[in-house]
Amino acid sequence: MADQIMNSVSSPDGFWASKRRIEKFTKIFTTVVLSVGAVTMILPVIWMLSTSFKSPTEVFAVPPIWIPSPLHFENYPKAWTISGMYASEGITFTTYTINTLIISVLSCLGVTSSSSLVAFAFARLRFPGRGPLFILCLATMMIPTQVTMIPTFILFKTIGWYDTYFPLIIPAFLGGGAYNIFLMRQFFMSIPYEMDEAAKIDGCTNFGVFWRILLPLCKPALTTVAVFSFVWNWNDFLNPLIYLDTNSKKTLALGLTNFVSLYGQDYHLLMAASLLIVIPLVVMFLLGQRYFIQGIATTGLK
Amino acid sequence: MTSAERKEAISAYVFITPFLLAMIFMTGGPVLAAFGLSFCKWDILTPIQFVGLDNYKEMFFNDPRFWKALYNTAYFTFLSVPIGMVLSIMVAMLMNQKVKGIALYRTVYYLPSVLGTGVAVAVLWKWIFNADSGLLNYMISICTGIPMSECPKWLASEAWSKPALVIMSFWGVGGGMIIYLAGLQGIPTALYEAAEIDGANRWQQFWTVTLPGLSPVIFFQLIITIVNSFQIFNQVYVMTDGLGGPADSTLVMVLYIYQKAFKYYQMGYASALSWVLFIVIMLATWLQFQYSKWVYYEGELRK
Repeated sequence: MADQIMNSVSSPDGFWASKRRIEKFTKIFTTVVLSVGAVTMILPVIWMLSTSFKSPTEVFAVPPIWIPSPLHFENYPKAWTISGMYASEGITFTTYTINTLIISVLSCLGVTSSSSLVAFAFARLRFPGRGPLFILCLATMMIPTQVTMIPTFILFKTIGWYDTYFPLIIPAFLGGGAYNIFLMRQFFMSIPYEMDEAAKIDGCTNFGVFWRILLPLCKPALTTVAVFSFVWNWNDFLNPLIYLDTNSKKTLALGLTNFVSLYGQDYHLLMAASLLIVIPLVVMFLLGQRYFIQGIATTGLK
Repeated sequence: MTSAERKEAISAYVFITPFLLAMIFMTGGPVLAAFGLSFCKWDILTPIQFVGLDNYKEMFFNDPRFWKALYNTAYFTFLSVPIGMVLSIMVAMLMNQKVKGIALYRTVYYLPSVLGTGVAVAVLWKWIFNADSGLLNYMISICTGIPMSECPKWLASEAWSKPALVIMSFWGVGGGMIIYLAGLQGIPTALYEAAEIDGANRWQQFWTVTLPGLSPVIFFQLIITIVNSFQIFNQVYVMTDGLGGPADSTLVMVLYIYQKAFKYYQMGYASALSWVLFIVIMLATWLQFQYSKWVYYEGELRK
């Protein structure tokens, strides 16, 4: 018996068998841990989904009812239309959705167009002051938005932009933020310079190089910037909170917050509303995921 | 300068004009203006009044809420950043093993961080933290056998409200994970093979190959996540109705700045607060650069 064990360990066959066994064990261990983690990550979403179909009495049941019966589908239209104290003014989540879409789509356009133009200049064109300006750009990532918030608010209020969408949209067209410029620049840098030269010999202008040669190659990075800026604006809370006053101009984030303060205990309605707000983001994520995982990988590394 | 060079420079300046405008009107100007305002008293309606160092004196010697807000913000940062970082590195390393269904795992872990700090997510967590019928206490009572009535009261309790915010932040570990995963995949496999030939076991390989190879990414992430967590706001506002309760236990710096500026219209005092937050963040970043010897850059060896 002991001989057998010695044999199996010392013989090359036994060695490889045990190594394979370790690998197999690692694989099983990894799968188990990852699965437990994945369930933990997904449980809040299931909880949200489950709550959104409950009746008011089922919501607070202990132990929780995971699959309510019957399913209260009516929670969704109900949550969508009552939206707090402004229901009498005819304001529902439809109003908020349209407002949020206007802001998010326009900001998204602004961020992608202006950050890629600025990044192109930093990555491809030579001009005096390029180095220091780029470092300045990176340094602004360290500045918390709260420091600029008050003077910017006063500036926008003075020029009459308070309670309009301009403070929420125009800044997006001004460079689109340091992080996005950085991400786009990193991506441009990874494209061989010969592409530009060939195009220039063929008579392309600088803008032509940017528009016809580099941008089409940058779809992953552009998608990343677009998705993230859309999500950011969709979720943005502080800026709409300080700039928007008229109820009919408010965004989903503000509408939902108002809903919470009025219907704080109606979790079935709150979860239904929250889910509806989150669904567009989930869809965008699933569609763009392939691109932006690649996009992030490029910046995270270099 | 040749004419071609001049042409290139001119079009470059045209391209970066929006950025320059933003630097002047959205960043540089406002930062300086906030500094100036921090020495003034101003409620927007009545004329502005210069008060010297009064705001700072008041803040440091006469305002316990300021210290409370600073403490709460630091508490959140020092707990959420390191633990979140270890968690996301661990998940990234597990995911870097070649197991089946990796794309599915990646989506599941990453998605919550994309939903991010939105209001909808904060509403969901407010419900999860509900003491009497929330998901968290239910899970705790299942796993430990402690009855739900004896579990922490989370957002309703002065002692547990900050840990609740920290726990909530872990739902976003996927954001860091995806970056670490990219970092791990960038470490050449040749290094692992060499280590194995030298007889290094898995644990030694982690300390001598994985960690040094990942250190630039860790450094970058550390700086970004610390800057971000000093600015926590949305979650707290939504879960505490903008108050930072109970008993100011979740009053964080940005919430306090917001209250001072847009509830009480003390623009000068709020500016002073925002500058202190700015200095704290710069100090934290500067310290990290000072102690960044542990970061290993592969390129350095080739100099």
